[in-house]
Amino acid sequence: MSATAVSLPAGSLHFWQTTVGKKAIMAITGFILFGFIVGHLLGNLQIFLPPEKINHYSATLKSLPALLWGARITLLLAVGLHIWSSFQLWLLQRDARPIKYVKKANLNSTYASRTMLWSGPIILAFLIFHLLHFTFGTVHPGGPFDEHNVYNNVVTGFQVWPVSLFYIVAMIMLCYHLYHGLWSMFQSLGFSHPVYTPWLQRFAKLVAILIAAGNISIPVAVLAGFIKPV
Amino acid sequence: MELISNAPTGPIEQSWDKHKFDLKLINPANKRKYNIIVVGSGLAGGAAAASLGELGYNVQCFCYQDSPRRAHSIAAQGGINAAKNYHNDGDSIYRLFYDTVKGGDFRSREANVYRLAQVSVNIIDQCVAQGVPFAREYGGLLDNRSFGGAQVSRTFYARGQTGQQLLLGAYQALERQIGLGAVKMHPRMDMLDLIVVDGQARGIVTRSLYDGKIEVHMADAVILATGGYANVFYLSTNAKGCNATAIWRAYKRGALFANPCFTQIHPTCIPVAGEYQSKLTLMSESLRNDGRIWVPKQPGDKRAPGSIPESERDYYLERRYPSFGNLVPRDIASRAAKAECDAGRGVGETGLGVYLDLADSIQRLGKRTIAERYGNLIEMYERITGEDPYKVPMRIYPASHYVMGGLWVDYNLMSTIPGLFVLGEANFSDHGANRLGASALMQGLADGYFIIPYAIGDYLATAKPAQVAVDAPAAKEAVANATAITKKLLNANGNRTVDSFHRELGKIVWDNCGMARNEAGLKKALAQIPALREDFWKNVRVLGANEEFNQSLERAGRVADFFELAELMCLDALDRRESCGGHFREEYQTPEGEALRDDANYSYVAAWEYQGQDRAPALTKEPLTFNYVKPSQRSYK
Amino acid sequence: MKLTLHVWRQKNAQDTGGMVRYDVPNVNEHMSFLEMLDVLNESLIEKGQDPIAFDHDCREGICGMCGMMINGKAHGGFPGTTVCQVHMRHFKDGDVIYLEPWRAKAFPVIKDLAVNRASFDRIIAAGGFISVPTGSAPDGNAIPIRKQDADLAMDAAACIGCGACVAACPNAAAALFVGAKISHLGHLPQGKVERDRRALAMVQQMNIEGFANCTNIGECEAACPKDIKLEVIARTNRDYIKAAFTERPDSTSAGAG
Repeated sequence: MSATAVSLPAGSLHFWQTTVGKKAIMAITGFILFGFIVGHLLGNLQIFLPPEKINHYSATLKSLPALLWGARITLLLAVGLHIWSSFQLWLLQRDARPIKYVKKANLNSTYASRTMLWSGPIILAFLIFHLLHFTFGTVHPGGPFDEHNVYNNVVTGFQVWPVSLFYIVAMIMLCYHLYHGLWSMFQSLGFSHPVYTPWLQRFAKLVAILIAAGNISIPVAVLAGFIKPV
Repeated sequence: MELISNAPTGPIEQSWDKHKFDLKLINPANKRKYNIIVVGSGLAGGAAAASLGELGYNVQCFCYQDSPRRAHSIAAQGGINAAKNYHNDGDSIYRLFYDTVKGGDFRSREANVYRLAQVSVNIIDQCVAQGVPFAREYGGLLDNRSFGGAQVSRTFYARGQTGQQLLLGAYQALERQIGLGAVKMHPRMDMLDLIVVDGQARGIVTRSLYDGKIEVHMADAVILATGGYANVFYLSTNAKGCNATAIWRAYKRGALFANPCFTQIHPTCIPVAGEYQSKLTLMSESLRNDGRIWVPKQPGDKRAPGSIPESERDYYLERRYPSFGNLVPRDIASRAAKAECDAGRGVGETGLGVYLDLADSIQRLGKRTIAERYGNLIEMYERITGEDPYKVPMRIYPASHYVMGGLWVDYNLMSTIPGLFVLGEANFSDHGANRLGASALMQGLADGYFIIPYAIGDYLATAKPAQVAVDAPAAKEAVANATAITKKLLNANGNRTVDSFHRELGKIVWDNCGMARNEAGLKKALAQIPALREDFWKNVRVLGANEEFNQSLERAGRVADFFELAELMCLDALDRRESCGGHFREEYQTPEGEALRDDANYSYVAAWEYQGQDRAPALTKEPLTFNYVKPSQRSYK
Repeated sequence: MKLTLHVWRQKNAQDTGGMVRYDVPNVNEHMSFLEMLDVLNESLIEKGQDPIAFDHDCREGICGMCGMMINGKAHGGFPGTTVCQVHMRHFKDGDVIYLEPWRAKAFPVIKDLAVNRASFDRIIAAGGFISVPTGSAPDGNAIPIRKQDADLAMDAAACIGCGACVAACPNAAAALFVGAKISHLGHLPQGKVERDRRALAMVQQMNIEGFANCTNIGECEAACPKDIKLEVIARTNRDYIKAAFTERPDSTSAGAG
């Protein structure tokens, strides 16, 4: 008679090999990226102050290479792991239902939750453009890029309306992504409560909208002529 | 044939303990050398397979469903009895024993019933430890409710899904053994025949429902835990797949069939709505705790229930049985409902229904409490009928539900074929002529968890079954027999569907061998059934082939056996010229219309022995003696 | 009423299968959905055509055997209802109804609308139990259990293993099924001893069977005929994550002596 209760088969899956582990990785990296987005937005909103403020802010960051590179490496890792996990999960999902339904209805899922796999890559594409646009300045159609004048880079960059439009579309995608992701990360990490989770969901919606609105306010202000180059 | 019950003598309180000590044991190291087949994976079969696997036997378990978790035990709603006396209301093992013998109208074996009451307390412990989420009180202790036929609260429950939770407990224990390799599970398999070698049950023939493959499985002992045959009525509360094929084929191989006419009609089911009806749905008897049963006093009163004033309602159970009221045993409640409907006071479109009214309890306890107790039942009722029981009384009518009859077994649960054990509803043993509510779950688990593990060791140690090859002549013959039946069904190529035959058979049995029986009706049925059976074999239409997933073929084989079983039921009912429990012969009743037993002539178990296709079965009687509970006219007044 | 059905017909696991149209006249509103299919099947048999295979057994919503997609919704999408409990009064004359089997790699089609759900059993066998051999239990009242915990355990234990959660999930995830068992046993003191190993083993088996991940979108919760809540999935995640970082290998000397 074997007294063994639950015996794990040989070659047990490691944490990062299971769907639950991968989702936990996505949740943690998602949280890191969310933290960055909040900080980034708060910093960027200085664009509404006199130009010296944001330029000074940028110069301060660059004067602290340990912090800057620490953050950059962390973010790069987080983005990498977030994408790596989601890609692997996407492969699993593709395999899990080889024959599709002729008819399929959705009962209570949100549009945002079902389109995470679309909003994600769009945000990635935007991110790459955004880095080329404002960090490296290699693609900056609005005029010359001056790495010491963040204020002007932003304003001239957004004066090109297709760029602003892309930016706004990407921010709407980010809103959707956060709309679901912000509470979903708690579920993935094991927190759910009949009272607090609904509040968390409401909070996630609010934060997602605030972040998108805050970001979008910048190109809109530029296009509306509220913020002008100096 | 002489029937030896092997029931221990001496003081009944010690008989099981003494018997257990006398049973021979198998050394732990030797257990793995024995192969045991368990057919059925419900409470009895699942519990047996899991427990035997834990002990170290090599177990193979078979079920027709796609998973052992779906056996029909899962549908039991109300609860499970146990003599825990947690409520200090005067319960005891002896009282549960007494209630069960009396509730069975003195047609069960005392020693068996006492043992059942005794192990009932272990069952609750076992299930709690397995994680069965029984209802609890705020103090964290187990809650109880009352059930029919008892004046104490001894029924443990898990909302209205007690059977489901108990089965999941057994299923999880079984899956654990499957995971450990002690039990091999064979889902979607029908047992088509029993293999008997040198007088011992040594294996079974199965048909895979996936692809029709017919296979031989050999073992040292065979356990049948295949449930009851209430589907002989076509309309019953049993699952659509419930069938008698396993026990019937065992009967045809020599196992005696006991008390086939003892069937239970459950008083609280949702009434039939139309011709297309495929099954009946039970509303737990526990509803009678808080529901009052009534009909309008005036025959033919078609007013809506709400507009019938209190003074014009007849709460007939409370009136006729003041001390038990709405909680009289099932047979009595069912017959009383039939009597009201026969007198024209029935309600609903068909007139075949009575009201079960929760209004008073809702007023007294509040809707919330009622919802907590019966929420899922009430929802189920609403889904089926489109009516809201919180607002209008439920309509209920009796329906075929359970069978007390089954293969004859001795005290060790062994049939007349050595090595063939029969557990749960499939045997006849503990409920006499009427089963009390919440006792079926108790019996199934008692047999599976606490009796068979002892009994089987004794058999194997004593009989020492010899090696038998898979291609033994008896196995080959059984395969040929099973194949021939399947072929015959496929080749009939007639013009009527299996279901149409089943429906017609069910109507004959229900009309003549249902809630009330009489000689003329039974004789008529005994003439009609063989004629219909003959027609079935000529005119049934089963499409497709054996070598595929063929649901019509599955059903056809089961219905073919129901034809033969129906005949035996009627024969037994005709032969038992008394009324007792669920068997109500109209010729034998008291002036008040209660069942009139004839203890002088019928205090026995009627066990029938198969004599061949065209010969009448032979009757052997196991006399019943009552040393503790003296037979009396059952009174619930 | 008269209905038009489009039903997935597939002879066996190897067949490719496709949708076939059937007209069903004379449907009575009091029929259950499966009774409507019974009537159709009877007429098909009379015409010499292969009846539609579908799983069903208890027909009272508890065995979990039945299940199909009705117009793209598991069990038809009626709250807390299995297919066998759906009645035709929810449909109207002239309705067109699409019937398809549960679709998942882990639920291969056997025939027509019947699928093989043995993967669920294997997940339970991996760890969905409390190890308590028969006869070794203490008294039922030995460990008091808070009523709230017993109720929460019961809420989760109500799962009937029908597979609607998998069918409704765009990822064919079994997270709700697994979560229901982990929550049922996890809410009870008896289940705490094996909690870590249970989570590890069940999640692993779920992955081996080919169920994909949960994306927390809630389609399963809406499809569940027993109203199992998404919260149970969080519990799986919590138990699993905790176990993954705290569980240690078995002691090599365990069992010796």
